[in-house]
Amino acid sequence: MAKRFQLLQGNEACVEGAIAAGMRFYAGYPITPSTEIAERSALRLPQVGGKFIQMEDEIGGIAAALGASVAGLKAMTATSGPGFSLKQENIGYAAIAEIPIVIVDVQREGPSTGLPTSPSQGDLMQSKWGTHGDHPVIVISPSSVQECYTECVRAFNMAERFRVPVIFLMDEIIGHLREGCELIPPEELTISNRRIDRNFNGTLAYAVQEGNYVPEYAPFGEGDKFNVTGLFHDLDGFPTNDNNITDSQERRLLDKIRMRRDRIEKWEEFDCDDCETMIICFGGTARAVHGAIEDAKEMDFVKLGMFRPITVWPFPEEALLKIIKDNKHLRQIIVAEHNDGQMLLEVQRVVEGRVPVDFLGKIDGTTITPSEVIEKVKEVY
Amino acid sequence: MAKTEIRMTGSGGQGVIMGTIIIAEAAYADGKQVVQCQAYGPEARGGSSKAETIVSDKRITYTKVIKPDLLLALTQVSLNKYVDCLKNKAIVVVDEDIVVPEEVEAIHTVYHLPILKGAEEVIKNKMSANIISVGVVNELLHVASQKSVEEAVLNHVPKGTEEVNLKALHYGAQLVQEAHK
Repeated sequence: MAKRFQLLQGNEACVEGAIAAGMRFYAGYPITPSTEIAERSALRLPQVGGKFIQMEDEIGGIAAALGASVAGLKAMTATSGPGFSLKQENIGYAAIAEIPIVIVDVQREGPSTGLPTSPSQGDLMQSKWGTHGDHPVIVISPSSVQECYTECVRAFNMAERFRVPVIFLMDEIIGHLREGCELIPPEELTISNRRIDRNFNGTLAYAVQEGNYVPEYAPFGEGDKFNVTGLFHDLDGFPTNDNNITDSQERRLLDKIRMRRDRIEKWEEFDCDDCETMIICFGGTARAVHGAIEDAKEMDFVKLGMFRPITVWPFPEEALLKIIKDNKHLRQIIVAEHNDGQMLLEVQRVVEGRVPVDFLGKIDGTTITPSEVIEKVKEVY
Repeated sequence: MAKTEIRMTGSGGQGVIMGTIIIAEAAYADGKQVVQCQAYGPEARGGSSKAETIVSDKRITYTKVIKPDLLLALTQVSLNKYVDCLKNKAIVVVDEDIVVPEEVEAIHTVYHLPILKGAEEVIKNKMSANIISVGVVNELLHVASQKSVEEAVLNHVPKGTEEVNLKALHYGAQLVQEAHK
């Protein structure tokens, strides 16, 4: 039996979490800094009766994973920016055809092939808006190796419960970091499996029961014949141009997430109750911010706090607004991220000028350091 | 134990990355908090290679080494690149032929040890220089128990080289003990 506590890379822990969640199919095309995810999947999946396929490119990778998921397996693909761009078309397909899938993006710096193995968080907006059209999206971003494990489990759970693509948005800081990780066995975890109701759905794959938002069609190959398409479709999946169906289906797709935000949102608050300056960050950046908070405590410095969305989309806006309302000492928010100000836009939208919002960003392929956070706090205090 | 930051450097292929993984794994097995990072990209190919481990009793927040307590350099190039960035009164371990600036000798504790020569002539396996280095580092810092370090070494070396690598580990510790005499 595998040791419960292991020293793992974030990328490796992501695979272990996926397998614990029930992943039994991986298809992808390796790309740094995500390559270890493909490598470990190739090693581990055959050991648990799963399948690994290296496809001809990133598009083939997600397409194969979607096929496996329609056939009933929990499936994942992983990539970095250039491959994430290629996968966007099929992410939209997963959204409209309501196919559960987890797509890991270990971000790298810059557009195009950019800086292959440098930390970045420049795909934050792409993870929400990368595929065209209004579509539901859940994006989860881990900030430790342990979270690569536990949050990947949650990513699968969300994908299965809502039949949506879930983006597991990692960065190189965490993907390549080695830390201790507790490989919590599946029987001690909450594992969600997609609900299947053949009596209700049958060939009407996209029918939804009253009070529910998610169809419960059976996997392909179990006897119910239905169509799977990227076009707006009627209840048995065949394309339609009916504007009423389009409207109700599009709204239901969005409501799946919108109406269940409370079950999807997750965030960390650290000293947010009484801090004067609150730093908002996600993913690997949180490690530098945490370091800065520790350093500040030894320095008789401004009282710092940290607000960290773990589910980054949908953004936990009510939680943020509650802190702003309750914390009477708060006089400044700084958004720290490894991009040119993407979460910044969302924070500004939510905060609406109630508290001044400043920005610390880095786009040179190096990591933000605790002392840079401290300097920024001094500068804007 | 306070936070201890270790940086191991050399040229690509000398195995300094594996060295830091072994130290981290051993300390983790002993119940310590650890993080391990390495430089990737072109700088890890052939040129100078850098890898880091932090060991602490407390949760480790920031994951990168800023100023190490111990710098180990197996090449002159890597020493030159990283020597300016050290904690006060740090430990510097260099291979015996490496020239260390006088001002560095004056303020830090410097060990000149025959790591590469030892690998070749004593252990008779050039590839064991990183394991000798692990022995050196742990003898100087005691971040992990001997048993855990030995187990971590055995977890990572190719089959058939177990004995030679354990010998390399002990040789590293011995180099430090002799330097202290």
